[in-house]
Amino acid sequence: MINGYTIKDIRDGLVKGHFTAEEIFKTYAEKIKKENKKLNAYLSTFNFQLSTFSPQAPLAGVPCAIKDNMLIDSTIVTAGSKILENYISSYDATIIKKLRVAGALFLGKTNLDEFAMGTSTENSAFGPTKNPHDLTRVPGGSSGGSAAAVAADLCVFALGSDTGGSVRQPASMCGVVGLKPTYGRVSRRGLIAMASSLDQIGPLTKNVYDAALVLNTISGHDIFDSTTVSKAVPDFTNYLEKDIKGLVVGVPKEFFGEGLDSEVGDRIRATIVKLESMGAKIKEITLPNFEYALATYYIIVPCEVSSNLSRLDGIRYGHSSKTAKNLLDTYSESRSEGFGFEPKRRIILGTYALSSGYYDAYYLKAQKVRALIKKDFDEAFKKVDVIVGPTAPHVAFKLGEKISDPLSLYLEDVYTVPVNLTGLPGISIPCGNGSDSGMPIGFQIIGRPFDEETILRVSYQLEQALN
Amino acid sequence: MLTDKEVRHIAQLARIKITEQEEKSLKKDLSSILEYIDKLNEVDTTGVEPLYQTTGLVNSFRTDEHRKDFEMNDELDAKLIGQAPHKEDRFIKVKPVFKTKK
Repeated sequence: MINGYTIKDIRDGLVKGHFTAEEIFKTYAEKIKKENKKLNAYLSTFNFQLSTFSPQAPLAGVPCAIKDNMLIDSTIVTAGSKILENYISSYDATIIKKLRVAGALFLGKTNLDEFAMGTSTENSAFGPTKNPHDLTRVPGGSSGGSAAAVAADLCVFALGSDTGGSVRQPASMCGVVGLKPTYGRVSRRGLIAMASSLDQIGPLTKNVYDAALVLNTISGHDIFDSTTVSKAVPDFTNYLEKDIKGLVVGVPKEFFGEGLDSEVGDRIRATIVKLESMGAKIKEITLPNFEYALATYYIIVPCEVSSNLSRLDGIRYGHSSKTAKNLLDTYSESRSEGFGFEPKRRIILGTYALSSGYYDAYYLKAQKVRALIKKDFDEAFKKVDVIVGPTAPHVAFKLGEKISDPLSLYLEDVYTVPVNLTGLPGISIPCGNGSDSGMPIGFQIIGRPFDEETILRVSYQLEQALN
Repeated sequence: MLTDKEVRHIAQLARIKITEQEEKSLKKDLSSILEYIDKLNEVDTTGVEPLYQTTGLVNSFRTDEHRKDFEMNDELDAKLIGQAPHKEDRFIKVKPVFKTKK
């Protein structure tokens, strides 16, 4: 398992007086100073700040890391982009406010693919993050900095954002737990938007219990995000201990088709056998429109990206071209100089798909196929309690291996995007290492809408059984 | 396959100046992505309602009350307007839209 402190360890250490909040914070800060050079997991770090929280607060004194696309008042937030290199947040994201109340302490901001667009963290304008398990490999992405920081014990837990797999896929590749809550569970206010109908913030942690604890803190309705729901937030740690006897586990046959590496497939199948031995009923299911999910995703995302990133115009904030001679050039040169190639590619693709004469063929068509994909999952969940499979088709690949072919990078998200398109909750937990590569492999568990309890319970039970 | 002219036109609509090199790469990348996306035409979507969001929420209103979450003060002022690349006092400066006579 992963070394270092869990949330419970910090709580115990503070209660028993093994260390103070300041001491443990400084231990981590020192470690980051020493080890971040080789990993590039953090883009910026903070000093210890005295804050007032109750010692009984759920995350009292817990040092954590935040993906650098979430706003912490009066500190720089780059979104991994040159265009926001010096941008200072003017307020706290809702999840930051919630973490402060819960007593968490912020160590720093973690690296990401520019505007969270990518699956390897190589698209960051500030250099790639390396995988702590093998420095020649990527950590996955886009929350690669957060995943690497947790895996290398450069924080106790981290937050990431997941639009098409950006929490689960790096969690899988770095051997940590990564949870994407149901869309509408966690406020997106203060998260720099990529694709607003898909983005969701989630925790990356060292174990399932911690993921449940962090989810307790960050969940809930927010008047500043009208897509959050008013549902009551349960204590997600309450159900972890209950066994999974009789639970029906769906295995989509489409998850084991072409493109899945054999060492990953073997590990996933072995884990399913494990679930069966624990008393779960395994049921093969079908998601007939699964093969269209990625194409659907790569229409919807660029369209929403082209709209969301239009606010970066070189006028109100962010990089502004020094050579522009008129207003039009201010826009086009500031954006040309400020954005990296992947945002440009997606903005231009989205602009094309939304332009007059193409809207019906692309955007509208994609939203209709999305409805069919949702229907597949609705049908499946009439028969099963959770759906399981791989998180990603491969283990972490080598730095530079796929960067020149955008489509091959997009394919990394093939098992995770359907979960965002349908708004469902999904989690990736480590299920062992590849027989060839020796690298971590993630097992994905997908649940019914707002049923994070069940996927956390299955994850927790499986985690205990695998250890 | 997109034409050079199309790529340039879309980039212009998106307000991004692209180099010749970028134009070449974009043409290649976008064409292969669009070709992949074309797969959706295999799916019969007759009579299917589009799914724009998944929460099922409709008209999420808030009460019409004065909230004090964003009281304007000098500090917030500096954070918001202070970050504009070109400014004069409390005003953000932009280049003229119309040509001025010399």
